[in-house]
Amino acid sequence: MSAGTGTIDGARARPADAVIGLLRHNAWTIGLLTFLALLLVFTRTIQPSYGPPGIQSLANAVLPLALAAVGQAIVVIGGGIDLSIGSIMALMSVITAALMKAYPDLSIPIVIGVLLLGLVVGAINGGLVVVTRVPDIVVTLGMSFVWAGCALLVLKTPGGAAAGWLKDLVKGPLLIEWLPKAVVVLVVLVSVIWLPLRRSRLGLSIFAIGSNQLAAYRSGVPVGRTKITAYAFMGLFAALAGLSLTASTGIGSPVPGQYTMQSVAAIVLGGVSLAGGRGGVFGPIVAVIILQLIRTDMTFLNVNSNLATVANGATLIAVVMFGSLIQMRRERA
Amino acid sequence: MSVAGAPSAPGTRSRWLTAAGWRGLFRDRPTIPLLVLLAVLVLLSEVVRPGIVNASWAGVMLRTAVPLAILAGCQVLTMLTGGIDLSVGSVASMSGFLVATLVGDYGLWAALAIALGISAIAGLLTGIGVGVFRVHPLIMTLGMGLVVFGFANAWQLIMVQTGGGTPPEIRWIGSGSLWGIVPHSLLVFLPLAALILVGLRRTGYGRLLYAIGDNPIAARLSGARSWQVLAVLYAISAGMAAIAGFLLSGLTNVASVTLADSYVLPSVAAAVIGGTSIMGGRGGYGGAIVGALILVVITSLLSSLGYPEAIRQVLFGSIIVAVAAAYTRVTAES
Repeated sequence: MSAGTGTIDGARARPADAVIGLLRHNAWTIGLLTFLALLLVFTRTIQPSYGPPGIQSLANAVLPLALAAVGQAIVVIGGGIDLSIGSIMALMSVITAALMKAYPDLSIPIVIGVLLLGLVVGAINGGLVVVTRVPDIVVTLGMSFVWAGCALLVLKTPGGAAAGWLKDLVKGPLLIEWLPKAVVVLVVLVSVIWLPLRRSRLGLSIFAIGSNQLAAYRSGVPVGRTKITAYAFMGLFAALAGLSLTASTGIGSPVPGQYTMQSVAAIVLGGVSLAGGRGGVFGPIVAVIILQLIRTDMTFLNVNSNLATVANGATLIAVVMFGSLIQMRRERA
Repeated sequence: MSVAGAPSAPGTRSRWLTAAGWRGLFRDRPTIPLLVLLAVLVLLSEVVRPGIVNASWAGVMLRTAVPLAILAGCQVLTMLTGGIDLSVGSVASMSGFLVATLVGDYGLWAALAIALGISAIAGLLTGIGVGVFRVHPLIMTLGMGLVVFGFANAWQLIMVQTGGGTPPEIRWIGSGSLWGIVPHSLLVFLPLAALILVGLRRTGYGRLLYAIGDNPIAARLSGARSWQVLAVLYAISAGMAAIAGFLLSGLTNVASVTLADSYVLPSVAAAVIGGTSIMGGRGGYGGAIVGALILVVITSLLSSLGYPEAIRQVLFGSIIVAVAAAYTRVTAES
């Protein structure tokens, strides 16, 4: 049942049923979107001048974490978790920055190379999980040190450079001032990579192994290979996130930052079950925006930034508690 | 097990038998291969830097390992129930910081009690979230960690005028040692470790932790009130994190709200290396203590090799994965 939730949107027989099914399956995401809309109205109320520049900086702040959350969501849907995603982002970011400084003319091959490297790094994580049979959380915990160390090998201190076109790709609005380029980049990347993946046999397999590994295995799903592919996609999105970090800051920093834990928090808020097999990537993206917007609002309200951290933690707990209460009521009903 | 104890008989026929025996031994007594690994690492340290291994070196290793071992205890206890405690870093830092700032006004014991009390309350809330509201422990402790860190940071801003330092008593217990060898922190650690080891094996509460982690439904059907067990468990874990925070601030003579952050992942690693399953129901504290010692010796070995920080991190991570993999292989139920 849960394997089908993310892949088959309701019955196709009657349009009305299909719409209701679609609404029910995406209730959590719709709830999040409503919350986001209310939050935007609230932001506008407390800061009437909030407009295109605000949206622009919001989009830029959201992009790396949103990409990381998509990567994390894919792995978690497949029944794993990756605690090294922040380190991988840092590694990809410093490689891009260092290479672009050394070879400014080769920026496009560098980007392609980094994306391929992301796939490989992700596949290494997945391969280790499959081969050693050690729980995902332990393997990726160890690998977080490895990839962070590799990032330090590339650049000891923040530095390097980013190609002009890469910076332009995420900076400023597109066509109309309300539409930041970063949003377009995010939408394009997710629709080009995630949507076909979800519709494919491979995507179904990822949901299947996350939902029930044994059942998937007995139905002929190649569990190991699917898991490695899921991790490879995570690596790809981590590479994209690292690229976007370099693009927005213009440099690469070898310090991983808080992205790992924030990505885990975002996917859970976004309705992905940590037990695997359930969720999507749209919810997590909305969750990332909400978390960032709450932080912005706190600045507008002149709340001490430390209390903003408290509010973030409390929001995380409260929302997840709310979700789990709904779940419990549904089970009892 | 009896096979392993017997002298290994020559010949090919008994070889498999012996291997299986070893396997059984490792499965039943996971601390033994870990102690062997620890001995190898100590030997390696001596080979790399002849003369480095002596009584005072051992004292330094022990002193450094004690806070990590206590935090690993938090992970062992929570992991036995299928959970994890990622809030230990913020709780430990907050406690150390709180004591340093409160000791001037309230005296040492009151400051310790306040820090312990606040930690326990935070832990209790975590436990209620995990036990009653069934929030995933990863998320619950992550969120609680943020909450605690935020409050500690706000407190830091309030206290910035008064300042304050690690009280001398805390420094004495955290970094002092008898004849420069036996660390004073063992005064805290040994009773605590004994309590955990005996508690896990001999008390009903300890068995309940295993039961809940092994099969939550069976535990519930057998009458275990798992939410009460979990609420108390996370309070205990936070209390232990607070104690680790006191020792750590004494050891480093620093009181900061980020002091113990870098200990969180190693504490999970120490518990995992020590043979506690992150899926719950399997493991013990003995292995985690040795695991903490192994991590400390590895860190010291890597830095005595003179490698840069980058290489050290890569090797550290690889060793964690390798040990966990070897462990899973050896103890896998065939």
